[in-house]
Amino acid sequence: MQETISFTPQVGPSAIAQLLWLIPAVPIVVAGVIALMKQPRRKAAATLAIGALSFSLLLSLFAFGYVLSGWMSGVATHEVVNFTWIQVGASQVDLGWVLDPLSAVMLVMVSFVGLLIFIYSTGYMKHDENYTRFFCFMSLFAGAMLGVVIANSLLLLFMCWELVGLTSYLLIGFWYQRPAASAAAKKAFLVTRVGDVFFLLGIVWLFSQTGTLLFYNHGLGSLEPLALAGLLAQPAALGLTAAGAIGLLIFAGAAGKSGQFPLHVWLPDAMEGPTPVSALIHAATMVAAGVYLIARVYPLMQADALAGGTTTALTVVTWVGASTAVFAALIAVAQNDIKRILAYSTISQLGYMMAGLGMGGVAVGMFHLITHAFFKALLFMGAGSVIHGCNEEQDIRRMGGLRTKMPWTFGTYAVGMLALCGFPLLFSGFWSKDGILEAAQHWSVAKTPFYMLVFGALLTAFYMTRQVAYVFFGHWKGGKSAHESPAVMTAPLAILAFFAIALGAIGTPAWPWFRAFLEGHATSFDLQGFAEPGLLVLMVSSSLVVFLGLGLGWLFYGNRSPKPEEPDVLERAVPPVWAALRDRLYVDEFYAATVIAFYAWWARVSDWLDRRIWGGAVAGVAWAFRLWAQLNRSLDNNIVDGSFDKGCEELTVSGGLLARVQTGRVQTYLRILALALVALAAILIWSSRA
Amino acid sequence: MNLVFYLLAALTMAGGLAAMLLKNTVHCALALTVAFAGLAMLYLDLDAQFAGFAQLLIYVGAVAILVVFAILLTKGSETPKDGVFSRTWLAGLAVAAAVFAVLAWSILQSVSRLSQAAQAPTVTVQQIGMALISRYVLPLEIVAVLLTVALIGAVIVAMHEKEGGAQ
Amino acid sequence: MTTLAGFLLVAALLFSIGLAGALTRRNAILVLIGIELMLNAANLNLIAFWRYGPHPEALTGMMFAIFSIAVAAAEAAVGLGLVISIHRHAHTTDLDLMNRMKG
Repeated sequence: MQETISFTPQVGPSAIAQLLWLIPAVPIVVAGVIALMKQPRRKAAATLAIGALSFSLLLSLFAFGYVLSGWMSGVATHEVVNFTWIQVGASQVDLGWVLDPLSAVMLVMVSFVGLLIFIYSTGYMKHDENYTRFFCFMSLFAGAMLGVVIANSLLLLFMCWELVGLTSYLLIGFWYQRPAASAAAKKAFLVTRVGDVFFLLGIVWLFSQTGTLLFYNHGLGSLEPLALAGLLAQPAALGLTAAGAIGLLIFAGAAGKSGQFPLHVWLPDAMEGPTPVSALIHAATMVAAGVYLIARVYPLMQADALAGGTTTALTVVTWVGASTAVFAALIAVAQNDIKRILAYSTISQLGYMMAGLGMGGVAVGMFHLITHAFFKALLFMGAGSVIHGCNEEQDIRRMGGLRTKMPWTFGTYAVGMLALCGFPLLFSGFWSKDGILEAAQHWSVAKTPFYMLVFGALLTAFYMTRQVAYVFFGHWKGGKSAHESPAVMTAPLAILAFFAIALGAIGTPAWPWFRAFLEGHATSFDLQGFAEPGLLVLMVSSSLVVFLGLGLGWLFYGNRSPKPEEPDVLERAVPPVWAALRDRLYVDEFYAATVIAFYAWWARVSDWLDRRIWGGAVAGVAWAFRLWAQLNRSLDNNIVDGSFDKGCEELTVSGGLLARVQTGRVQTYLRILALALVALAAILIWSSRA
Repeated sequence: MNLVFYLLAALTMAGGLAAMLLKNTVHCALALTVAFAGLAMLYLDLDAQFAGFAQLLIYVGAVAILVVFAILLTKGSETPKDGVFSRTWLAGLAVAAAVFAVLAWSILQSVSRLSQAAQAPTVTVQQIGMALISRYVLPLEIVAVLLTVALIGAVIVAMHEKEGGAQ
Repeated sequence: MTTLAGFLLVAALLFSIGLAGALTRRNAILVLIGIELMLNAANLNLIAFWRYGPHPEALTGMMFAIFSIAVAAAEAAVGLGLVISIHRHAHTTDLDLMNRMKG
């Protein structure tokens, strides 16, 4: 049964909403087809995958256009298509999808960036023999991610969420013959699993409280006022309501997927996968899924917010996000692998997004997500181009002077780097990050996250400058000469660079189009937007922070080109601090010492139990049986056989004894005769006498 | 039970004992002859004159000689090294003693019922001959056959074997 | 003790002596001698019972004894022939050594 809810006088869902399911379905089906293809059919596989994602992009653009036209005519599109999947007696399980501004924007971003990365991969993975398998997994991933975006049911979202995790595992461990890669894949899967357990608990709790897993269902959905009121009325532990508790549980799942502290440990190791994988999954899309999830269930998270205030759930989200931002930025300062720096940078920016969601709302967080997707994908693909050009070298201390050798890569990489740092006015990162900083400045609970985020911005500029200085400036320290990458790789870089600059325009205070679009109200370009109190001051001070970071970075690292064996400038200055940062603040070691050690101990205990107790029981039973068998055997041998043998022996002996009577001598026989005669005579006489 | 009886009995007994106890086999044979003679005289004492004389003729005259011949043919005159009595002679003696005990006891217990000596019967040779022909003709013939067979058999058994089988 | 008893005792004694000799002497011929003594003792028994029995005129006892003498003679002949034959094979008449029938 298809139903619809919308604020328009439309009766049923539009055609595009009804066809929305094709957007994830087509890439998934194509993945299945590619899976059945043989390995050598590379061109066919790539064509199918790119074709499927292009189709999804087209449909996404259609959907976006439809929502946009609705927005422009003053209508907030919110169309839902639900259907019953399982019916068991009175209760039923529904699935469905939703078309609203949030999902439309996300659809376009995911399919567009994904398509660019697919095209890039045809060049990057050209020499790999598992080209077909790569595109199969990538297509499956794209379909699953798009499924997460359109899901209207927590169950459907969770299913696609798990599928995304699975494809992440498959793609991180793509070169599975390398033990580091397969270990990283396992680590990613297990760590996100920890988050997913809490997520599942939240889902089950929500279902049991509200009786439905659908988000929107004409007032019956779990995110709609009726259900939320019911959740708020229900108290949970620690002074939370059910709404807050479920929100926190769902956040735990998001924290795992989006690499928040302390579940971030899998992301840096995930760099073992091919660079397109890192770009698509671990920069732009999958890690953003956690942020998207929080945005999606925002009504739940916000459920008992006092006017202008915040809830416990959102406070937790904010603090975790801010801590992660600073934590990861600190570690990124001391890394030497080009991709690892970007990985920690991603973790840090995800922290920014979470903090933005917690303090400023859906629009703030989502804007930074969209801009970050573009420039981080750009940076990763640029890094891939650098690695490709330097013949698979990944250590930045062994690169240098690539500015002249790889100009296209340098140009686009510089754009991405400045966007990430938040270089003022021109680049999108500045506007999205400033939105978060503004929300932090006005947060009613505390001001500490604001200062943390500012410090994080300083660090971001610093380490990115360090990286760019090492890689592109100075002189070449590698072995063979470096070369520029082919056009199929640099063209997507250029496109992304364009968007890294252009997207800033839709989120400025003068024209807050993005926020207006998401929230469904009109807006127009108005320079008065800048006149908000403290806004200009904030913009200037954040710019100063960025310049400070860039300057410090250039001061320490610019044009110096130290040899790879020499310790870093900062390392010489503060060796213990550098060592701690380089060793990633020992989080992995902590886990190894506690969780893993406990697990290993538990495995040993189980093994001991199994071998000694259960194994001992089995061995005991076996021993009892053997004992019984031996008892039987000895009984049989000694008693039965023994008695029989003894009997025979006695017979023989007695026979021998008796045979002694047959002496063979006549006189013996005669004597016996005479004795017999005597006996007979005696008998005769006695009987006659009687 | 007169003196003659005791003397004759003693003689016979002595002869028998000597026959069984002497070491030299030829002496044993001669002692046996004495025992035969004593027995013949006991038959005479019992008014069985024919039996007595037949005893003398056959036993003393033939059997004893036969025994002597056999002794001499088997080098019996040599005294054996291990002794003349069997290793287990005591068992044999005990058996014989038991036999004698039974016989004597039965004799002493029962004979009191029989009547005392009747008159001595008059037995002529003619009576014996008539009895042999009439009443005992069958045993007579059989004994004749028996004697023939025994004669031939003894010859065959004791004969030297020549190469080429029996004659 | 009657005369009969006396004769019977003598016969019994003679019999036992003959038996004792037959059972204990090693030489085969002496065993035959013992057997002759036993036979003779039996004859004496017969004659004694004939003399002091109920019907001496029937000559039963006497006849029996005569036939016994004849048979004994024949038996002695055959037996001694056997002993001679054995002596020829085994070169001995020692009965203790003749135990080939030993079971």
